[in-house]
Order: sequence, then C-alpha cells, then structure tokens
Amino acid sequence: MTGRRILGWGVADGLVLILALVPVLWIISLSLKTPATISDGNVFPQEISFENYEGIFEQSVFTDALRNSIGIALIATLIAVVLASMAAYAIARLNFPGKAIMLGAALMIAMFPPISIVGPLFNMWRTFGLFDTWPGLIIPYLTFALPLAIYTLSAFFREIPWELEQAAQIDGATPFQAFRKVIVPLAAPGVFTTAILVFIFCWNDFVFAVSLTSTSAAQTVPAAISQFPGASQFTQPTGSIAAAAVVVTIPIIIMVLIFQRRIVAGLTAGAVKG
Amino acid sequence: MLCAPAIIVMIAVTAYPIGYSVYLSLLRADLRFPNDNEFVGLDNYVTVLSSSLWWNDVFHTVVIMVVSVALELVLGMLLALVMHRALFGRGLVRTSALIPYGIVTVVAAFAWRLAWSGTEGGFLAGIGPIPDDPLTDTFWTYVVVIGTEVWKTTPFMALLLLAGLALVSDELHEAARVDGANAWQRFWSITVPLMRPAILVALLFRTLDAFRIFDSAYIIGLNGTNPKIETVSILGYNQLLNRLNLGLGSAVSVLIFLMVMLIALVFIKGLGTSSPGAQSR
Repeated sequence: MTGRRILGWGVADGLVLILALVPVLWIISLSLKTPATISDGNVFPQEISFENYEGIFEQSVFTDALRNSIGIALIATLIAVVLASMAAYAIARLNFPGKAIMLGAALMIAMFPPISIVGPLFNMWRTFGLFDTWPGLIIPYLTFALPLAIYTLSAFFREIPWELEQAAQIDGATPFQAFRKVIVPLAAPGVFTTAILVFIFCWNDFVFAVSLTSTSAAQTVPAAISQFPGASQFTQPTGSIAAAAVVVTIPIIIMVLIFQRRIVAGLTAGAVKG
Repeated sequence: MLCAPAIIVMIAVTAYPIGYSVYLSLLRADLRFPNDNEFVGLDNYVTVLSSSLWWNDVFHTVVIMVVSVALELVLGMLLALVMHRALFGRGLVRTSALIPYGIVTVVAAFAWRLAWSGTEGGFLAGIGPIPDDPLTDTFWTYVVVIGTEVWKTTPFMALLLLAGLALVSDELHEAARVDGANAWQRFWSITVPLMRPAILVALLFRTLDAFRIFDSAYIIGLNGTNPKIETVSILGYNQLLNRLNLGLGSAVSVLIFLMVMLIALVFIKGLGTSSPGAQSR
C-alpha cells in the first residue's frame, strides 16, 4: 500500500515537472542549434552552438530592447510600489469614507481590458509627444500594476502588529525612529514581494509595448521579439527569437526560484484575503 | 490623502481614455483621412455588430476562454492537490510550477509555436495524428493556443486553489473518513463546498483574463494575420493600429469593455458576500 502510494505521488510529481519544464527546455535547445540545423525538427541540437546568442547581442534591436525593458520595468515598479504603499497603509490603518469605493475601483481596473484604452492612448500619446517614449509605457503600466500592488500590500500590511509602534514610542523612541526601526523592517518583506510581482507584470506586457512604441527608443523585448527580422530576407529569425527568449526568461526564473515562497504568498494574499 | 496619487493615476489612465474611446466610437475617425472626422452616431456599432468578422472573433474568443478555463480549473485543482497532499517533492513541484508563471507570455507563445510549427522546425509536427504543419490547421491552431494559455496560467490557478485548500480542516476529512466516506465523496462534499469562494475568485480572474487574450493568439496566429484564430482583442488592435480606423476600432474596444463588465457582474453576483472587494477578515 505505502509502496503504491509512494509510486503514485512520484508519478504525479514527475508529470508536473515534465509538463512545466518541456517548453522551456525546448526553447533552450532551439537556441543552441546552429542556424543551418535550426529547423531540422530534432529535439536536441546535434552540435551545441552559441551563434544565435552572439547574433542577438550584435544587433542593436535586441540590446536596445533589453535596455528599455529593464529601465521601464524598474522605474514603473519603483513608482508603483511607493504609491501603492501609501494607499495600502491608509487602507490597512485608517478608516476613511470611500475606502470601499477605492478598493472597488482598484478591482474594476484589475479587470479592465487593456485593448479598450490602447486606441485612445495611441491617439493621445501622439498629441502629447509620449508615443514611443519610456513615460508612454510607464504610465499605463502604473495604472494596471497599482491595483495588483495595492491589494497585495494591504493584505500584507493588515498582518503587521501596529501596536509595536506605540510600544517603541513608550520605550522612548521618537515617532520617526519607531517607524524606521520597527515598522519598516516588518513591512519590508511585503513591499519587496509586491515589487517582484509588479516587475514581472511590467516585464511581461505585450499589448501596450506593441501598440505604443515603434522604434528602439522605447520598444521592449516582447515587442521586439515579435518583430525580429531574419538575418536575410530568406531566413527565418527562429534562432534569434529562441536566444532572445532564453535571455529574457533566465532572470525571471532565477528571481522566481530564489523568492518562490514570497511570490506564492504575494499572489494568494491579494486574491484571497483582499 | 495617501490614496490620492494612486487614485489619480488609475482613473486618469482608464476612465478618461475609455470616455475618449466612447467619443471616438461615435465618429467617423480614420487616421488616413484626418480631416474627414464627422459625428455618425451609432453607425460604427451598427457596422461592427452586423459584420460576420466581429461575431466570428467573439466565437473564437469564447471557445478559447471556455475550453482553457475549464482545463485550467481541472488541472489547477489536481496540481493544488499534489502541492497540498504529496508525500514528498512538494517543494520541487511548487518550484517547477512557478516557472510557467514567471515566463513572459510572448516567450511562452513562441516556445509553443516553434515546437508545433512544421515550417519552423517544430519537433511535434507530423508525429502520430498531428499534421505536418499544425499551424495551418484550424483545430490544431486552437490546440496550440489553448495549450499555451493552460500551460502558462494553470500554476496561478493552482496557487489560488491551494490557498483555498489550506482553509479546509483535516478534522472534517478525518470525521468523514471514520463515517465511511471515500476520497471521491470527501472531495465533492467537503473540499469543494468549503472551497467555493476560492474557486469562484480563481474562475473570475482567469475568465476575464482569458477573454482579453491577446499575446499568445497574436504570436501563434503569426502576428495577428491568421483570421481563424483572431480574437476580439486582436480585431480591436488591427482596426486601431494597422488600419488606423479609430472610429471602428473604438467601437470594438467599447464592446469588449462592456462584455468584460458583463462577465464580471455575473461572477460578482455568484460570489455574493464573499466578493474580493468585501472585507473578509
């Protein structure tokens, strides 16, 4: 009986592992093939080659896009976390009229279809000179990241024992010291988790990136990959796509692996406890 | 007010543009003829709603939404049960399940497209019942798009369900076991009813997300050029940004917005008091 149960769970574990990893391993395998064998349909490369990687790092299309992706996602994350921390602090600690409306509005926006505002934003951004610029992407990312950030952060902030702040003040700490030495360390993990989730969200976006940018001035990696040109008119850009895909995936996978407990907590905190 | 900056950004970038979208949808606004704007009332809506293209795309979107959310619910529940109950390897399963979540949707779509495509060296093309170039076949194109969606988002579904599973007490299961209920009966009469709020929240998030599907259908439909897999979001995008027809495109956008709100309303009614907006602690 126990032997069968161990085997059963082993099979279940193995199946999840295979299903989760095969598409990733495939794209890595593809990226390591030589351009001549890229479409041979073999599961594994016949010989390992880094030509595709050399190729994409020589093209400014990719390196510029990588710079834009990192810059835009970092700035949007920073601003979103600061604004959301303020809002979440108010939601967790204060009772004010309109709190329910605030949460409801955030929820509405979380459900909002991005495609519905792409047209107007495209038109407005051209008038304001924001089309194809970093702020042109950062602003819509903020909008859609804020509800996520506010929900996640207010769930975390509700768990903080705020009485400790008063306790510290009774013990002689100034209000600022009490906040910095007691509350900040308690809030930091939640803020950090939220930052990771927001960063992944911005890094992942495609709808806005492909609609509101057109050149290497602001095009992010997902948009750039979708428009990769082949090395020549007659070659497909498969190798470059695969290599670029691996490059943008690795940092996220490393982040996910290091911070997995926090990510799980963050993802479920916003949705279930909110 | 601490909330003010967040509220301003959120409202300014959604409420104002959606209002502007409604306004544009009532105009004949074509960027190729910028001086020819004219108020045409509901003409754009009549054009959209009477075109077979729109209804085809609604059908495509609904098929993708229903099939992928149903598969995600079943697979997500299985994955959650594995993560909750497995005798060993829970950490490993959770880690590997998080990988699809972390992957950029465009990358996931390319990984799937390149694995299936006959012309781009996919290793799956031509195996068994799979045609030599699945991406030229409607049925198999849907398999690839739905497969991508399910692969990418089942982990998210599973994590939400796992949080719900954690609320189901072991004592209830133990009591039912003593009373002679088997695992299947215990799952349906204890686990599922107690998890109802978690299941509904997970379904709400994923249904709305799936209805808005753009990235994967766009990439697998060869940058939105395959009309057989065109979803409503791709239709809106093509009208707005390729044909530069802001009037018609905005009408499509507003209709998508209304449909999303409708789906949300239905779910929130179903959720009742356990809606995510209510204070549940």
